[in-house]
Amino acid sequence: MKSSRLPLITTILVLAFFYLPIAVLVLNSFNASRFGTTWQGFSLKWYERLLERDDLWIALGNSLKIAALASIGAMILGTCAAFALKRFRTRLQTTHHALVTVPLVLPEILMGMSLLILFVAIGQPLGLATVTIAHITFCLSYVALVVLARLQDFDFNVVEAARDLGATRTQAFFKIVLPLLAPGILAGGLLAFTLSIDDFVVTFFVKGPGSDTLPVVIYSMIKKSREFPVINALSTLLLLITFAAVWTSQRLTTRTAPHT
Amino acid sequence: MKTSRAELKATLPSFGWLLLFVLVPTLLVLAIAFRTTDPAGGIGNSWTLDHFRALGHKSIAILLWRTLWISALTTALCLILALPVAWFTSRAPLRWRSRLLLLVIVPFWTNFLIRVFAWNQILHSEGGLARFLRSINLLGENDSLLFNSGAVVLVSVYTYLPFAILPLYAAAEKFDFALLDAARDLGASALKSFTAVFLPGIRKGLATAFLIVFVPMLGSYVVPDLVGGTDGQMIGNKIAQRNFADRNLPAASAMAALLTLFVLTPLLLRKRETAEP
Repeated sequence: MKSSRLPLITTILVLAFFYLPIAVLVLNSFNASRFGTTWQGFSLKWYERLLERDDLWIALGNSLKIAALASIGAMILGTCAAFALKRFRTRLQTTHHALVTVPLVLPEILMGMSLLILFVAIGQPLGLATVTIAHITFCLSYVALVVLARLQDFDFNVVEAARDLGATRTQAFFKIVLPLLAPGILAGGLLAFTLSIDDFVVTFFVKGPGSDTLPVVIYSMIKKSREFPVINALSTLLLLITFAAVWTSQRLTTRTAPHT
Repeated sequence: MKTSRAELKATLPSFGWLLLFVLVPTLLVLAIAFRTTDPAGGIGNSWTLDHFRALGHKSIAILLWRTLWISALTTALCLILALPVAWFTSRAPLRWRSRLLLLVIVPFWTNFLIRVFAWNQILHSEGGLARFLRSINLLGENDSLLFNSGAVVLVSVYTYLPFAILPLYAAAEKFDFALLDAARDLGASALKSFTAVFLPGIRKGLATAFLIVFVPMLGSYVVPDLVGGTDGQMIGNKIAQRNFADRNLPAASAMAALLTLFVLTPLLLRKRETAEP
């Protein structure tokens, strides 16, 4: 079949569409102009301004705390879920699978809203704890999916072998299953960490006083239309971190799955 | 197979967590939607249908209609743009495929708010683009690129396009492109072989891409909030407004219940489709 140029051209245009806004952002973070409309020379003053913003640093601290706790929680619960889903084929697992899928398809606003109602109904004060619980809930499903994908070519005979050789169930899990699954669990944890750091909508619904995360502060800065260049500088730093994280996770995945 | 104790032990942690923090809250929203509003902003003690009656108001109908067409248009544009990219990527040499995919994924790993904010700056009325368009008379003196439903569609396409490309690519990669040659040999035109052979061949990918864009779009909140203005508000904004500005949790719950219904419809349709052989 004669190949058309259309796919190539569209791909190039789409990639340009993806990266141009990001490039504008990075460029503007070094622009001395306050409004970023015209280039008024190279400047690092927005980065200096960034260092003076204590609220941003507190929010970053909150984000990191929540993301660390949420990814650990999601790694534990998600691995359990994946293990059960792969190991057993019962009606219970069909329901289990449906429950694990729901957070993946549920619009964030509905998840945030329903969790807020739950916390209000049981009288749980909103704060870091409620945000962490919410984050574990949506991260869990992603970890479960990643670990489940890794489990696809997992040979459960090795567990039987360990048991035959005298290992207890717990020993077999910690000495055989866990080390074999570790790269998958870590990849899932890393995904959970980025999802948690990135989340705004769910956090916005269940946050309380003193639990503002970085996206929440960025949001209010955008809403107030103030200090755009400072957000640019912050965005550029976050982009750098993202690229580093993507690179690391790529290394992790390519090492564990050389055949893909 | 019967449920064993080992299975229960392995299932309980995640099952219990999801039951408590996904299923129970969703049912709770449905229940609270029938409760009266406490003047202090809490949940009242008696039952009422008022919040559901309020959904029949004309302004809600307008909002729902806008939510539907913005979601549908965004999904259509995403699919149209994603198809050639998926095609090209799946036909590229193996070495290039992973690189192209990575290029597609990286923007999706970037903070969502920042991606929206980047557009906020580009479309800003004092920005270079608006000035340029004004100078060549394509944009009126008082018109704005920002704060309308067009901006919502543009920015939504930007944020959801990677989600459409990935499932389409996964489907296209498994597609046997020799089938297209066969169709052409048998006399089908290029367009005909594309619509009659390629599109049905990647049907599952298309369905996934549709759901993965359309369903979250229905609950869109941040994009219309930041670039939509009053003319670009969607149902998600109304839910947030009832929650945060009006402090009316039962009314917000009723609206969330309505949105849940909208979200469930395409999901259940999909379920029936996949259940068929």
